[in-house]
This record gives sequence, structure tokens and C-alpha cells, in this order.
Amino acid sequence: MKKIVFLLAIAFATIGCSNDDDGNNIPVTAAVSFNFTQNWGVTEITPSNYTSGVYENAAGNYVSIDRLRYLISRVELHKADGTTVSFDGYQLIDLADAGSLSFNPSESVATGDYTGISFIYGFNEEDNVNGAYPDLNAADWNWPTMLGGGYHFMQMDGNFDDSNGASQPYNFHNGTARVSDGIFEQNFISFDFDQNFTIAGDVTIEIAMDISEWYKNPLTWDLNDRSVNLMMNYLAQKDMQRNGATVFSIGAITQ
Amino acid sequence: MKLFRVFFGILALSLFIACSSSDPDPADPNEDYIPTPKPLTVPPIFDRLLPPPIVPADNPQTVEGVALGRKLFFDPILSGDGTQACASCHQPANSFTDPNRFSIGIDGLEGTRNSMPIFNMAWNSKNKFFWDGRALSIEEQALGPVENPVEMHNTWENAVGSLQSHASYPELFNKAFGTSNITKELTVKAIAQFERTLISANSPFDKYLLGEGNLTPQELNGFQIFMDESRGDCFHCHGNENSPLWTDNIFHNNGLDAIITDKGLGNVTGDPNHDGLFKSPSLRNLAYTAPYMHDGRFETLDEVINHYSEGLVYSRTIDPLMKAVSRGGVHLTESDKADLKAFLLSLSDPSFINNPDFQDPN
Repeated sequence: MKKIVFLLAIAFATIGCSNDDDGNNIPVTAAVSFNFTQNWGVTEITPSNYTSGVYENAAGNYVSIDRLRYLISRVELHKADGTTVSFDGYQLIDLADAGSLSFNPSESVATGDYTGISFIYGFNEEDNVNGAYPDLNAADWNWPTMLGGGYHFMQMDGNFDDSNGASQPYNFHNGTARVSDGIFEQNFISFDFDQNFTIAGDVTIEIAMDISEWYKNPLTWDLNDRSVNLMMNYLAQKDMQRNGATVFSIGAITQ
Repeated sequence: MKLFRVFFGILALSLFIACSSSDPDPADPNEDYIPTPKPLTVPPIFDRLLPPPIVPADNPQTVEGVALGRKLFFDPILSGDGTQACASCHQPANSFTDPNRFSIGIDGLEGTRNSMPIFNMAWNSKNKFFWDGRALSIEEQALGPVENPVEMHNTWENAVGSLQSHASYPELFNKAFGTSNITKELTVKAIAQFERTLISANSPFDKYLLGEGNLTPQELNGFQIFMDESRGDCFHCHGNENSPLWTDNIFHNNGLDAIITDKGLGNVTGDPNHDGLFKSPSLRNLAYTAPYMHDGRFETLDEVINHYSEGLVYSRTIDPLMKAVSRGGVHLTESDKADLKAFLLSLSDPSFINNPDFQDPN
């Protein structure tokens, strides 16, 4: 009987870990979290400082930020063996809520080699369903039905100094593009980054947004020309999508 | 004789045990007592579109707790001179706000803000209460007015003493919480339980969304103006057909004053960028909640609409969503104003203010 108990104890102690060639224990699975950071060029923008800075965009507008919220969905990791790990859920990042800057999927991932990270800025057509997400409804994150419905992808509000030096508001809001009455065009952006990395334990992956990119690449965006009432402006919506393509990058991967 | 003493001792011990087990001191918390659960009734439109209501784990809704909270809400016993109840400034007929611009406390002193209406509190996921967000739970909110010198002007020690010496409250607390030892914490828990039952989601617009009623063409056009970024643009702070709280529950400077005298959220956070910011109130039940704004400066809904149309003024912290401030506002036509008003009034819910469960039980 004592032998059986001893053998069971040994068996339990070894379950959950595997040994590498050096005899070290390596976990089979790991938790992944995604940390969203923001910057304007080389200047870090955080929940504690985002309302206090003034930044110059590519058009020479001096810009302040009062509010920045954006939506990320369909986050995936791509393994070296060609398979993909897809994480359920989405993340509404709000600089007014420091806790929202971290996305912690419930799924764990296998340790090993990975070759890429992908996600969608906003919701794709399948996910962008009017009123479908109670937490986003409660956050008043909806995009008007008359403009195609679904949800905002981004809401960036603030002020800039106009060409006369006067402070003017801007509402840089992005979502579905309305072509004409009842005709809409999807406006999300898919990001797919090639990145070789190895997960050996719990890992945090940084997804960085360079806010200045919204205003400069490829189109130099002058807020004197377009600052408010942009939601129903088809060209403005599509130009945001074009400029958005260079906004995100993968930052530090720490474990 | 020795045997008699042993017998007497056993008898006395048995009596003591029997008495103490069948007749516990009600002042001692009874860990085994469970009041009758009474989950909140979630209206269909909320069930369809919103997350579940927020009920703290340490204060579940119960039949006895809600009944006690309702009695306390309407009872002036909590005030310094026994003349003022929560309901004095939060009247059911006014959607639980005060029809006066500023409420008058027990000493005849006037506050500086309009009392907030009370409904759908369990869906405030931001958990910031009062116009300036200084209370982080409904329970914490309920603590404030009792000791506020321009409101009930009491101390919690006195208030609890009055409840403890009352003929019926100790037993009511015992039924609600398993102890007749009254505390301020249990008192505000009961009030919060009652307040969470104050749910309003049966307006004509709710019925329209549920396919159970129709709106007039004027109301429907008013809704389009509400949702149009270039006209009303009300939806960024006040919800939409898929966000039926009709508030974002966050804080904005909506262009009322060029010089800010009440810092609002700025007083709470100490951040000068928050000066002049106040919580967006829900647009439900506007038919009953005049006057409007945090300081009740507007007596009518027409004045409110005129403010956003022509009356915006600039200050350093004005919300960028007040995008037409350089022109004084969005300049709605008179027809658009009338239609917008008609839509806003379609969010009022007469069944809420007349609900017999929400009236004075005393």
C-alpha cells in the first residue's frame, strides 16, 4: 500500500511539466496577455499624461487629446507549425481607464516557437453587428445605424490651434463608412505582423499605437480642413483607414 | 447531598443551553440566517442590450432588505431633527429628484446642485455617483446626505441611535440582515437595495424598440436629429437605441459657463483638466425631472435644447464634443427643436413614477 501511495505521489508531481534535455521543467502551456501602449513619435502617452500634452502633427497642427478610445478584436498568434491560436473577445482600450490597456484572454497557449501576431483594428464585417455586445452598448460605443451601425472603431477627441491660433475642437471618430443612403462600406483594418519569438512561459505582448501616424502616412491630415462631423464623411472615413495602416506595431515581448 | 448538587448543576446547565440555543440575542449576528432572495427584475430591453445589473456580493437583494430600505428612504428619522427623508429631495413623482432647483436642508440652507434623479442605478458600470462622481458605490452615496450640514445635518451616531431605539427598526434589521444591532453600514445597504429596485424601462420609446408600440413621425424625426452628428449629436454622451440607459455615465463640460465656479469632477480628482465636468444625466423621464443641469439652471426642456443650439460658451475644459461652440451651438431649426423635444419626451415612463412598489410605505 505504501508503495502505491509513493508511486501516485511521484506521478502527480511530474504531471503538468515536461523535461527538456537539461532536465529543466518547461511548462506545456502559458498565459498570454496583450499590453496596449500609445505614443506620439518618441513621446510616450499614458493614462496619467494624455490630457496634459500638446503634440505637433505632420501638417503642423498643435494638438491636445481629451479622449482616446479604440477597439481591437480577433487577436491571433501564429505558430511555427502553421497552426493559429485565436483568442475570443475584443478589447475596448480607453486611456481614461488604465485597466483597459491590458487584454487577458482566458485561453492559454502552447509553449514553443511562433512566427506572427495578427489582430483587427475595429470589428470585421462579421463581428460588427448592431447592438450585439452588451458591454460596448453600456459604454455608449455604438456607431449610428444611419451610418451603417455596429460600433465605433476609434474615438479621439481634443483640440488644436487653427490657422488663426484659436483653439478648435476635433472629433476624429472612425467606423463604418457611409457611401450614400443605405449603402455602407466596411472600414476595419487587418494587421498581420511577421515576428519570430518563442513562448517558454507566461508572456506579455505589447501592441503599440503611434498616434501621430493617423495624421501623416500616406496622407498629411490638416485639422484646419477636416476636424469635426467626420463620421458621415465618406472620404474622411476612408482616409482614416488608409492612414491607420501604419499606426500599430508590435513592441516588447516579455516573459 | 452531593448527588443533589450534581443533579442541580446538570439541570441548571441544561436549562442554560436550552434557553441560549432557542432564544439567541438578536443583537448577535446570526451567521446562519438567510433572508429571502429577491433578484432584480431585468426589463426586456435591458436584458436584450445591456450587461446584467451590478449587485455587490456583500449586499445581495432580499425581500426583507428592500422593504427595510424602502421604509428608511421615506422615513425622516435619519435627519437631525426628524423632518427630512431621502424622499424629501428624491420624490417619486419627479422620478426621484427634487422639483426645486436646489433642495432645502433641515436648517433652511440651500444646496448648490440640483438633486439627481434615481433610477437604473444598478447599470452604472462606472460606479461613480453624484454629479461629480465622488461616491464609488450606491452604498457610499447613501452615507453622504445624513451628515451633510446643508442636507439632513445629523451624525450617523445619532441616526443609528434613533433607529436602534425605535419600536420596529431593530426587528426589521434582524429580518434583513440577521442582527438587530443597527449600524450605518447596514442602514445604507438597505437603502441601496431599495434604490437598485428603482428600474425604469417602460417608456413609449422602449415599447417601440420592443415592437409593442409606435412613435409619431415627429418623435421618429426627433430621434434622427438626436443621432445625426451634424445636427443634434446627442448620442455621444446620451446613448442610442442600442444603449438604452441614455447616458454614458461619464463626465463632461457641456459649455454652460465661461468662468467655472463649481469645479465638479475637478474637486474630486484634483486634476484641473476636470474642472467644470459633471456626469451626463440619463435622458429618461425628462418629463418629470425639471429643472435641468447639475445646477438646475434651466426650468424647461426648451431651454436645454436652446443651450445646445445657440447657448454654448467656451471655457478651457469644454468637451471637444461641443464642437460648434465657436458658433454658440449647432443651430437647430425651430422645427428640428420641436421634433427633438418630442423624441426626448418619448423616453419618459409614467409607469415608473406611479409604481406602487416605489411609494411611501410608512
